[in-house]
Amino acid sequence: MFTLEEIFVRTRVDRQELDIWIERSWVRPVRDERGWRFSETDLARVEMLCDLIHDLGLDREALDVVLPLLDQVYDLRRTVRVLTEAIGDLPQESRERVIRRLARN
Amino acid sequence: MTNLYEILGVSKDVSPDELRKAYRALAKKYHPDLRPGDKEAEDRFKEIGAAYDLLSDPEKRKRYDAGEIDDSGAEKADRRFYRDYADGGDGARYYWHSSGDGDGRSGFAAEDVFADLFGRTGGGRQGGFRMRGADATYALSCAFLDAVNGGRQRITLPDGKSLDVTIPPGTRDGQSLRLKGQGRPGMGGGPAGDAYIEIHVLPHRLFRRDGDDIHLELPVTLAEAVLGAKIRVPTVDGPVDLSVPAGSNSGSRLRLRGKGVARPGGGRGDQFVTLKISLPEKPDDDLKAFVDGWAKTHPYDVRGDMEAA
Repeated sequence: MFTLEEIFVRTRVDRQELDIWIERSWVRPVRDERGWRFSETDLARVEMLCDLIHDLGLDREALDVVLPLLDQVYDLRRTVRVLTEAIGDLPQESRERVIRRLARN
Repeated sequence: MTNLYEILGVSKDVSPDELRKAYRALAKKYHPDLRPGDKEAEDRFKEIGAAYDLLSDPEKRKRYDAGEIDDSGAEKADRRFYRDYADGGDGARYYWHSSGDGDGRSGFAAEDVFADLFGRTGGGRQGGFRMRGADATYALSCAFLDAVNGGRQRITLPDGKSLDVTIPPGTRDGQSLRLKGQGRPGMGGGPAGDAYIEIHVLPHRLFRRDGDDIHLELPVTLAEAVLGAKIRVPTVDGPVDLSVPAGSNSGSRLRLRGKGVARPGGGRGDQFVTLKISLPEKPDDDLKAFVDGWAKTHPYDVRGDMEAA
């Protein structure tokens, strides 16, 4: 887990900006008695937001639109992965039927 | 070898402003987090980033143009992208519905998607989609005698609903009971899934189970072992009288036919009673004097087969 200070060292975000992101739930660290704690996922998320703002030129208004869409894409990917695993557990005949059905799409 | 200008798709005399625009356009196109399924996007994005890093620095750009820096020196440090985490379990914390309350409620995403994909009627290719609910698995600890004789137990599910579980006689440790239609609800009018209850049988103070048979260790007195006796013995369905033959020894095994566990196809296993001779807690002088006198005239060898060891 990373502290707030470690996030500042590793990324381009500043205190004021990160506070806004946390408040908007764009980044979701956990809080313990010593302050915010960021997981690897949270760190990667901060880096992504920095890229989107500094490299891609998106502003906060645009991120309000982009982030929910992005999160839906990743939700769907997780769901598809679970679904794929579930299909893998099916008996072969059912599995082949699902795959044939997908191929028709 | 492609030069850095070609990577960004610009000419050598590009202005800093145009360079930035070109970089932005490519970064938008190739940022790996925006193209989670595209393996090449990451390499491409790093290449673009490295090229822009160098060319956007006027000093470095001058030296690059003069041939003092080559392409390879511009490689950016390795990093991991959000998409590397987002597909895993921790990524579920960023489930998008919950933005605002900051509390990732993973586990509902899949259901929402299925309800959305399969729940609509009329519009779909086949005019609606019925989908059976998912199966659910629960664990249940069960008393030894309930597993042997059958019983009934109520469990409370995570959603607060309670279920009465009938434990059939002869249930084994680790066995799963299937409760039809008690799993997750179906979609679009489809049937609910099944609940699987995995039974963990708790140990018993006296009885031990081995398949369909029950084992019990039974302490007997010296007199009961030597002279024989009729003894009340616990079984899984109440005490019965057991005849201990005269001259029984510690470790002798007696069988109570049909007093074991019910078999799935009918019939029952047996109960085996292993005797254990117990001396009085404090041997009294009478017993010492008697055994002393008796032993002198009745020597016997109990360790004859141990000599080789």
